Amino acid sequence: MSAIAGIKPQAASVPQRKFGRAPAFAAALIAGILLAFNASGYHLFQYAQVLIYMIALIGLNLLTGFNGSISLGHGAFFAIGGYGAAILMAHLGVAWWLTLPIMAFICFGAGFGFGMPALRLEGLYLALATFALAITMPGILNYKHFDAYTGGTSGLQVDKPKVPLHLPLNQDQWLFLCCLAAAMLMLFIAQNLVASRVGRAMVALRDHPIAAQTMGVNSAMVKATCFGVAALYAGVAGALDAALVGFVAPDSYSVFLSLSLLVGMVVGGLGSLWGMLAGAIFIEFVPNLADSFSDMFGESAKALPWAVYGVFLIAILLLAPHGIAGAVQRVVAFVRGLMAKASPNLTPELPAISAGNQPAEQNHRTTQGS
Amino acid sequence: MRESAPLLDVVGVSMRFGGIVALKDVSFSLAPEKICGLIGPNGAGKTTLFNCLSRLYDVSEGSITFAGTSLLGLHRHDIARLGIARTFQNVALFNEMSVLENVMVGAHGLGRAGFVAAALRRRAERDEEKLILARAESLIEEFGLNAIAHRAVGQLPFGTRKRVEMARALAMNPRLLLLDEPAAGLNHEEVEGLIAEIRAIRDRRKVAVLLVEHHMNLVMRVSDQVVALNFGRVIADGTPAHVQADAQVLKAYLGDEAA
Repeated sequence: MSAIAGIKPQAASVPQRKFGRAPAFAAALIAGILLAFNASGYHLFQYAQVLIYMIALIGLNLLTGFNGSISLGHGAFFAIGGYGAAILMAHLGVAWWLTLPIMAFICFGAGFGFGMPALRLEGLYLALATFALAITMPGILNYKHFDAYTGGTSGLQVDKPKVPLHLPLNQDQWLFLCCLAAAMLMLFIAQNLVASRVGRAMVALRDHPIAAQTMGVNSAMVKATCFGVAALYAGVAGALDAALVGFVAPDSYSVFLSLSLLVGMVVGGLGSLWGMLAGAIFIEFVPNLADSFSDMFGESAKALPWAVYGVFLIAILLLAPHGIAGAVQRVVAFVRGLMAKASPNLTPELPAISAGNQPAEQNHRTTQGS
Repeated sequence: MRESAPLLDVVGVSMRFGGIVALKDVSFSLAPEKICGLIGPNGAGKTTLFNCLSRLYDVSEGSITFAGTSLLGLHRHDIARLGIARTFQNVALFNEMSVLENVMVGAHGLGRAGFVAAALRRRAERDEEKLILARAESLIEEFGLNAIAHRAVGQLPFGTRKRVEMARALAMNPRLLLLDEPAAGLNHEEVEGLIAEIRAIRDRRKVAVLLVEHHMNLVMRVSDQVVALNFGRVIADGTPAHVQADAQVLKAYLGDEAA
């Protein structure tokens, strides 16, 4: 019973525990390091932003794709993470990296606290409750009596993190690599969660809440904790973002941020964690792409970027109804099918090389030798 | 007289939905390792009673005791750990999950690890996970589901899904198994197989079975005890032969079917 009518999660099944995830992580790290030493500073900033969005999207996907609860207010937790980190850095002199666990903790509490009562609501009603959160947030950040802490409408400036230990990196490279490390760690944790007992409980609650409870799943607890975890991911992303940009202001955390995150998740693929990289790329680059695209029509086309954005969005949902992750999966399955047809001998179940025999033989030899 | 202390004791249970009385002063008990058929015409309150036992409904009056523990103070999610498992009338599986994962959710109560232990993949969590996987795999073996263990259940035929649901229900080694219309949608041979299977499950696993079923032949052949409900009241309780001969039952339920 997915919260969003009509949108079916794609890679919805809980992945089995595999030891096969190391290659994907290694490839991502190598690609990231290559990027860090070859891309320009401005591009690195954009790529770092992609990784930050990816973290927020992974959290949102745990909530929506896996647990079936919708949030239109994820941007609010991103804002709490960002402002919280900025206040810690600017007013209390806390080191930027230390703000990440602190804001993770605080946002988990905020999410859990909000989720416990809110998750009694379902579907559209939950969507509205979370939407209210997204609408309220800029107002709270603007609130006059908080000006001393938040800097009011003009926002709050923080020092961007410096490269430590005289590492041979410039600031952009350092920040990008920090975001890369954070994104990979958060992805790793999400994969662990999803392939565990609580991960199965999350999906079970989404697919059939009554049956899940009858199997012993504590619905209220699992759902609220999942909401807390999603908020934690958004908070970490927000805190990283504050450090990367060196500035927070209420305008950055409008309702549009929450909606963008929802768009990124659906475009990337509900129920796919790696797919959130694709979703993040969409959020980061498609608005700019739409801008430059509409520039071709001259000054008269003021509102055109959003029209172009809309066209891009519709095109992707038409071409990849299960998000980009779903499309990639289908292509992979298609290629595998072709390969299986081309060489029928190459079945997936290759006879296992008798791994047990080899050490035994070796043992035998060594005993003979000694 | 009862031969042994009852496993399940239902005393004076009434259930009202607004003005509608679904169950009225229902009492019966079930001994360990016995098979009890719950019969009655449509709307007699059979599934309502199941839902009271699963804590999906709060009873209006009465008490339900299982192995000396009152169920009424417990949460829905406590019932499985206590030793009561069930299947549902229209099969309630997790459709996007594989057969194996469905059965693993059935074994949820074997573990205790929460989000933190899972995120960090602590040793205790990994050990639990091995235990849950082993339990699920042995059930999948037992129910002959190996070939489809990794298929999403949503794509499987109805009869197979019922088997998956049965395997999932047994994953916690329950002491009481509630089966809600296990024969619905099965053909003649499959019903024969089911009779043998229910008996085998009871014998092998020492589990008591309470089953709601319209298929009279199955109920009368498989049950040690039959409880007949009509309009939310117990109208007969005894051996299959006794209930089959009961005048009220014949009138209310078997009248047009008995021949």
